Amino acid sequence: MAEEVILLDFWPSPFGMRVRIALAEKGVAYDYKEEDLKSKSPLLLEMNPVHKKIPVLIHNGKPVCESLIAVQYIDEVWPDKSPLMPSDPYRRSQARFWADYVDKKIYDLGRKIWSTKGEEQEAAKEEFVESLKLLEGELGDKPFFGGEAFGFVDVALVPYYSWFHAYETCGGFSIEAECPKIVAWAKRCSLLDSVSKSLPDPKKVHGFVLELKKRYGVE
Amino acid sequence: MAKDGDVKLIGAWPSPFVMRPRIALNLKGVEYEFLEEKFGAKSDLLLRSNPVHKKIPVLLHADRPVCESLVIVQYVDDAWPSSGPSILPSDPYDRATARFWAAYIDEKWFPSMTGIAKAQGEEAKKAALDQVAEGLSLLEDAFGKISKGKPFFGGDTVGFLDIALGCLLGWLRVTEKMNGVKLLDEAKVPGLAKWAERFCADDAVKGVMPETDKLAEFAKLIMAKFKAAPSPQ
Repeated sequence: MAEEVILLDFWPSPFGMRVRIALAEKGVAYDYKEEDLKSKSPLLLEMNPVHKKIPVLIHNGKPVCESLIAVQYIDEVWPDKSPLMPSDPYRRSQARFWADYVDKKIYDLGRKIWSTKGEEQEAAKEEFVESLKLLEGELGDKPFFGGEAFGFVDVALVPYYSWFHAYETCGGFSIEAECPKIVAWAKRCSLLDSVSKSLPDPKKVHGFVLELKKRYGVE
Repeated sequence: MAKDGDVKLIGAWPSPFVMRPRIALNLKGVEYEFLEEKFGAKSDLLLRSNPVHKKIPVLLHADRPVCESLVIVQYVDDAWPSSGPSILPSDPYDRATARFWAAYIDEKWFPSMTGIAKAQGEEAKKAALDQVAEGLSLLEDAFGKISKGKPFFGGDTVGFLDIALGCLLGWLRVTEKMNGVKLLDEAKVPGLAKWAERFCADDAVKGVMPETDKLAEFAKLIMAKFKAAPSPQ
């Protein structure tokens, strides 16, 4: 049967970017469908009735929801090219732990940076930098979180690199100054086609954030 | 390949999340030392083994820590592949489905259950209870589709999703008892109601599922501690 792969996505979504990167790493051709989140398509509502969120990977008509679940699925269905999860059980557990850590921290803290001000924003900036420093510790001297090769945790985190400029401008700080190793790692990842083709222009992301701020009445 | 080594689990008997790796280890027939944490005081070993979150459960396999209950369950499945049944399904799509519902349970359904205790006033309580019931209804539907007539989400044997949901049954029963409601109602969620009985009777589960009365006593204790804590005026 011919493979049919569709991705329901929204261009600035770091979660969507994860799936784009995984598909690109595996060399899988797919149909990208841009969703208007203010007016969700019937297909999105049908394929993700529980959360009604993007990204949704649709493989031969069957939906896979939640970005890290979709990335693991892609890794398991197309195992021959560019394996993203390590094969050793302990290293796999560490990859899952750190990807989960990224999920628990980065999005929410980043959101607080652009959508709040004063003390709340300062606290968010501090915690955000702390979280990145912890990740720097985990990265150590390795080129990628996955070791010599780009892997699962790299896929989980690198999309946020396209949001760094927006966070920095809204928050009035430099992520590179605070966490140079993370920025060096992100630049290294950006040399990969799968990453450079999946991440939007940081200036476009910043423009999008400014629109959101207007919409939510954040000055 | 799993290295032979000591297996220890840092946990506490009332924690539903601690139950998860215990069931996984039982399914695999792996012997382990259970290190019970004292309530209200975290051990040095816990703080050293889980410096990021400082939470239980933590599995220590040959002194290497694995944290986060569902990460531990998957690790146990990976590390002892030829012992006992497979915990995760073998088909990638079935695996994605199991992971999806486990994430739903942890991110949406369990918080809705703890939301009941936090709800202030009759209306808020009713809304919170309705949310939990709605979630159960979704899970009932999922059970029908996933089990395909077999006894468990995992098929013939207890699997990943059974463990994810089943470990919350103790606290669900405490919630029912303390609010005088039936949430796991055979009339509304017949599939889940029967599944719950089978799950609790399973050999891998029996010994680690706390008694509802004991849990209810413990719940009263923690709630009393919260109420006793000074609140800002």
